[in-house]
Amino acid sequence: MKKQITITINGEQHAVEVEPRTLLVHLIREQLSMTGTHIGCDTSSCGACTILLDGKSIKSCTVLAIQADGKSVQTVEGLAAPGEMHPIQEGFKECHGLQCGFCTPGMMMRAVELLEHNPNPTEEEIRWGISGNLCRCTGYNNIVRAIQYAGAKMQGKETPSTEPTFV
Amino acid sequence: MNCKTSREVGGMGHSLKRKEDSRFLAGKGNYVDDVKLPGMLHMDIVRSPYAYAKIKSIDASEALKIPGVIAVVTGKDLEQYNLHWMPTLMSDTQMVLPTDTVMYQSQEVAAVIATDRYTARDGKEAVKVEYEPMKPVIDPYKSLDPEAPVLRTDKEGKTDNHIWHWEVGDKDKTSKLFEEAEVVVKEQMHIPRIHVASIETCGCVADYDKVNNHLTMYMTTQAPHAIRTVIALVAGHVGLTEEKVRVISPDIGGGFGGKVPVYPGYVIAIAVSFLVGKPIKWVEDRSENLQADSFARDYHITAEMAGTKDGKILGTRFKILADHGYTDASANPSKFPTGLFSIGTGSYDYDTAFMEADAVYTNKPPGGVAYRCSFRVTEAVHAIERITDRFALEIGKDPADLRMQNFIKKDQFPWKSPTGWEYDSGDYHAGLQKAMDTLGYWDLRKEQEEKRKRGELMGIGISTFTEIVGAGPSKDFDILGIKMFDSAEIRVHPTGKAIARFGTKSQGQGHETTYAQIIAEELGIPAENIQVEEGDTDTAPYGLGTYASRSTPTAGAAAAMAARKLRDKAKKIAAHLLEVSEDDLEWEVGKFFVKGAPEKSKTIQEIVFAAYTNHPQGMEAGFEATHYYDPPNLTFPSGAYICVVDIDNETAEIKIRRFVAIDDCGNIINPMIVQGQVHGGLTQGLAPAMYEELIYDEEGNILNGTFMDYLLPTAVESPNWETGHTITPSPHHPIGAKGVGESPTVGAPPAIANAIVDALSHLGVTHMDIPITPYKVWKVLNEKGIVQ
Ligand code: FES
Ligand code: FES
Repeated sequence: MKKQITITINGEQHAVEVEPRTLLVHLIREQLSMTGTHIGCDTSSCGACTILLDGKSIKSCTVLAIQADGKSVQTVEGLAAPGEMHPIQEGFKECHGLQCGFCTPGMMMRAVELLEHNPNPTEEEIRWGISGNLCRCTGYNNIVRAIQYAGAKMQGKETPSTEPTFV
Repeated sequence: MNCKTSREVGGMGHSLKRKEDSRFLAGKGNYVDDVKLPGMLHMDIVRSPYAYAKIKSIDASEALKIPGVIAVVTGKDLEQYNLHWMPTLMSDTQMVLPTDTVMYQSQEVAAVIATDRYTARDGKEAVKVEYEPMKPVIDPYKSLDPEAPVLRTDKEGKTDNHIWHWEVGDKDKTSKLFEEAEVVVKEQMHIPRIHVASIETCGCVADYDKVNNHLTMYMTTQAPHAIRTVIALVAGHVGLTEEKVRVISPDIGGGFGGKVPVYPGYVIAIAVSFLVGKPIKWVEDRSENLQADSFARDYHITAEMAGTKDGKILGTRFKILADHGYTDASANPSKFPTGLFSIGTGSYDYDTAFMEADAVYTNKPPGGVAYRCSFRVTEAVHAIERITDRFALEIGKDPADLRMQNFIKKDQFPWKSPTGWEYDSGDYHAGLQKAMDTLGYWDLRKEQEEKRKRGELMGIGISTFTEIVGAGPSKDFDILGIKMFDSAEIRVHPTGKAIARFGTKSQGQGHETTYAQIIAEELGIPAENIQVEEGDTDTAPYGLGTYASRSTPTAGAAAAMAARKLRDKAKKIAAHLLEVSEDDLEWEVGKFFVKGAPEKSKTIQEIVFAAYTNHPQGMEAGFEATHYYDPPNLTFPSGAYICVVDIDNETAEIKIRRFVAIDDCGNIINPMIVQGQVHGGLTQGLAPAMYEELIYDEEGNILNGTFMDYLLPTAVESPNWETGHTITPSPHHPIGAKGVGESPTVGAPPAIANAIVDALSHLGVTHMDIPITPYKVWKVLNEKGIVQ
């Protein structure tokens, strides 16, 4: 009862056999051993599993692998070549947008799509934009800054200061 | 920030970017669920739908028919090896798997082992368990009724559900004070049951190697060394003695106390791996995590304060009923059944206090972990900071003025608290003043007055707390008898680069960066060239782990002390190389030079190279040191937080307009990381103040056991936190640091609760229990006839 599907992940085509019930996130993590995409819940609430499916950010725990047949997936591993950084990764590092790092891949994939539609988001727009992604460590302040930093960087603008500011 | 070292060296005070980030950002973190071993099997757990029931039968026959299901393990199977019970951290006992009775909903009943995750789940669905439900005890007050059933019939001679009684302070003196005082205020408070809900759940891969009789345990644990000892204590009788056990705590996706205990799932995985000789992976899902893993809080507190009409605080009295669920599985130091609740006399100068607590069993999951708090300090701080506001309200004094009037003064430190602690240092007046100035406190009060006249609701809440962290001095602190020191081992390679290993375990705190900075400060070796490792019991020195904000106070101190041992050695080598006496040498970051002749010097790198190539005869070669640090006292960070809320007087929506947090955690290692810790901690303070509570019905059913209804704050609910600091170094800590990870979680809830109560106080509201939801506020407004 397994089904053959073809799926492009980070530019590379894979022909794989999956059960009809296999979740996309499990295909990616277990069958294809790309463990950068995480699982944080069983109710589509946390966003730790967020990836891009044909360019759209989706929760890969909520999509069946067979629904991705013939489609293209981007995961955190595909953001930049090894040793290099995508602006969103750089933003998270420079602005201390991560602590335990567990929510981070999903958060960044969501941010990538957000910035694509809105390169100069306001704080409010970012907060709503990532409201489907939970982070338990950072309190979100620095994630907001990280996304603003990446937005500026992607447009070749001057990036905001990354030093922490205190009252 | 004043830094002694250059940015290149990156010692204390530099906001160095984190060394650990690269792997997380590339998706190359290595969390437990990422571990994949050849031949690995998967485990899923059958759980009880009832809070209290007899197990009549477990039928695994259908499950075992499913291709790929290897085994179904029950309590009876474990009983043959005497592995069906385990000790808790508080020396109580807990079932690994039941043989006849379940004691809480979602308790583990049987384990299904299969070739993959999906098949294990199929097997779980196919296991048939017949139960005979019994009437559970859910309300902790009712659990002490004489007619309540005795839950722990497994404990010989147990005739009630009482676990222990604890008290501290002077009971008679306090009673007398409360009889005679001009003003006495009293409130009943519930600090509800909540869950740490780190985004990574708990899990493990237990890998028992039959040939070598050796267990490797990959595990989501904050305390790998202690776990190794516990495994040896529990399973030593079947041959797993301590040298045959290696615990690896890989990257941890948030801990907050929830990854301190030993859960049945871990033990079952070990037992099964031991029996089948294959690696067993168990990773719980979110619902299991919320429903069965250790809860935090659940204290019912009667809080009282006595004082004078003009605002002098004279004494406090707290009485606690602690709901521990089915067993006392708190993660506290052994001698402290209520953790460090006795810090609850607060930041105020008075000498009379009495506190007592009784703990009871109920049919709820066991626990009593921290939720980012140093052993029950959050409960204590909530009680004192709420009752202080209540007192101010009673006598009509501004809560900021009242606090300023009663603070322990800077020159009164070290200060002996009425419950026996010696606060190391603090400057409470400066902290509150800074928070008030940042906000324009008195202007806000004017605005509030004007708004009240217009019928608009606005509140300002203050919390000025004292924390107690860094457990702890060995004379008082142990867990299961193991003293709560911590350790660091530094090895410097011939070319002057180092590896340092620790007994703690970061779960996002950034130890790979901050520990390197401490060593950089002491030795002048750039932080960039110091690799930090934790979490592997085969390589790291023994330590009690990371929780209760203890890493910097203990292991951070150990790092400085080990580095100082190396500096002493470096001095001897430098004297030898420069052919002068040690007394003629002076240290400046990264080098020794001859007094009066600074051109004659040796850098730390030259000295280290000599330790391997040209060490003085008679001296031990090499350049490494280990230190086990036993702190002389705890550290006492403090903070002054002010929250401003606006409440919609039609919808009762509560909006945090501003939140200013001034923390004093002593000397700061990395301001960026400290600020990150504060942001995260504040959000975990907001959570129980307004959103989170694990709710049970009368039958013991959890009503919100998933992320659909257990509400973690998102970026939308979280305000833009404004943070700052005052710096009062700890006088007894080698680098003057105090620890910070938990202060904000401890300090934020009363600031928020005080702000909301303040917004409603003119309507006669004196207290509201957290979480304070719009619905609770709406009910108040409705009662007062403000909304219909
Ligand atoms: S794992 Fe939580 S939303 Fe997908
Ligand atoms: S960094 Fe830990 S959950 Fe976001």
